[in-house]
Amino acid sequence: MLRARTIGLGIGALTLFTAAPAMAAEINSGDTAWIIVATALVLFMTLPGLALFYAGLVRAGSVLSVIMQCVMIACIASVLWMVVGYSLAFGDSVGGWIGGLDKMFFEGVGTDSVNGTIPEIVFAMFQMTFAIITPALIVGAYPERMKFSAILVFSAAWLLLVYAPVAHWVWGGGWMAAMGVRDFAGGIVVHATAGVSALMLAKMLGPRKDFPNHLRPPHNPGMTATGAAMLWVGWFGFNGGSQLAADGGAGMAIAVTHISAATAAITWSVIEWVKFGKPSLVGAVTGVIAGLATITPASGFVGPIGALIIGAAAGVICFYLVGLVKNRFKIDDSLDVFAVHGVGGILGTLLLAPLAAVSLGGGGQADGVSMMDQLGVQALCVAIVIVWSLAVSYVIIKVTQGLFGLRVDPEDENTGLDLPSHGERGYEL
Amino acid sequence: MKMVMAVIKPHKLDDVREALTGVGVAGLTAGEVKGFGRQRGHTEIYRGAEYTVSFVPKVKIEVVVADNQIEAAVEAIQKSAQSGQIGDGKIFVYDIASAVRIRTGETGDSAL
Repeated sequence: MLRARTIGLGIGALTLFTAAPAMAAEINSGDTAWIIVATALVLFMTLPGLALFYAGLVRAGSVLSVIMQCVMIACIASVLWMVVGYSLAFGDSVGGWIGGLDKMFFEGVGTDSVNGTIPEIVFAMFQMTFAIITPALIVGAYPERMKFSAILVFSAAWLLLVYAPVAHWVWGGGWMAAMGVRDFAGGIVVHATAGVSALMLAKMLGPRKDFPNHLRPPHNPGMTATGAAMLWVGWFGFNGGSQLAADGGAGMAIAVTHISAATAAITWSVIEWVKFGKPSLVGAVTGVIAGLATITPASGFVGPIGALIIGAAAGVICFYLVGLVKNRFKIDDSLDVFAVHGVGGILGTLLLAPLAAVSLGGGGQADGVSMMDQLGVQALCVAIVIVWSLAVSYVIIKVTQGLFGLRVDPEDENTGLDLPSHGERGYEL
Repeated sequence: MKMVMAVIKPHKLDDVREALTGVGVAGLTAGEVKGFGRQRGHTEIYRGAEYTVSFVPKVKIEVVVADNQIEAAVEAIQKSAQSGQIGDGKIFVYDIASAVRIRTGETGDSAL
């Protein structure tokens, strides 16, 4: 115990002493303050936003298992990010494919090193919260039936083998960034990767026993709505913070985020009202999330009108994809990770090209780049990331399955996972 | 002694309680149950997926009464729990072998 702590302290001290002192003028305290806050907001999205959003949608006997999955994935992702994830994503690029190991254990990321106008440690922490929520999103594919050990192993491997490389390609100065791909806050890096991988995992894991005709309804729609509300608020940090500055760009990112969320929720509710006669709370908040996921890649490039269009598109398309995945393709992506996040992220990634038009209030295309050029780059990069995510997820799942097995005992699936997997009961009634 | 057991609509519980105390019934036990009879369940829709909920929430009450109170108790329940719609419920009467008041040890009708 003592030895590990001494080593840790030693590494920390070494980092402090070897970090080159940066020019004090480079750090903007307004930007720094905002990104520190944004970091907290994005962590709040996972803990407890996403946890509650998902937990309310499962049966009462599994409520704790979902929250526990989010908590432990957050913890493991945090440590892995600090140990090697940050370096793989944002370290010195090896041919544009992956970062090096130069920033392992946050080496060189002390109190003085700078990234843009903010301290690098703040940047690294902000990015950590993205690395936390992305594997946590995949929880929606496998509730009520996946082994806890398999979940943790899958999530850890996925973070390092899918998330970190893609983050490097798009944000870490990798080859997709060099091609001019636009992904402001994670349509490709977060939502497409998680959504598509969730689909693969749901397919390979197999459906819940009661799927599709004898499912129990969400046990606590109020909990789900509470979680969705926290996600909405936290998303101001997710998209607004991705500006990495406290300025008009951040303000506009927040504005379009919000407009898209509201529009998507209205759209979803209108569809339900017309189709079923009653607009539901679960549907409305799902619409909110669809709007938020879809605007994510576009939030630095479109204006308010573009946000309206994106929100409406998200509401319609994600609504229909939910039915398609479950009813037509018969894949038990239980909490619709692909239909909402995957499709939303991909849709927003493509729409940002036409909707960046200045005539729609957007920021315009990049210098010398036509809309069609940009759309081509967006489509190509999304397609490659989809293939990468599917292929690597497949391998990780196969290995995990071989080592640990994926599913819990059938009897445990009947009762819900709280007692069998965690020895706890969510409600004492 | 008989036990009068009734499954009724939950919102009728207060009316039934008043009616029973009105005919001199000293106490009752009530619990939340679910059931169905001619009242079918209903369908809930979440994110476009239909969930069939076959059971309907009900309340079950049990009162143990002396033989001379049975008719009054049954009538009181039936009149106060009735709404005229399907799902009003049913009343059953059981024989009771014995009764004891725990606090005092009294038995028979004086335990009621």
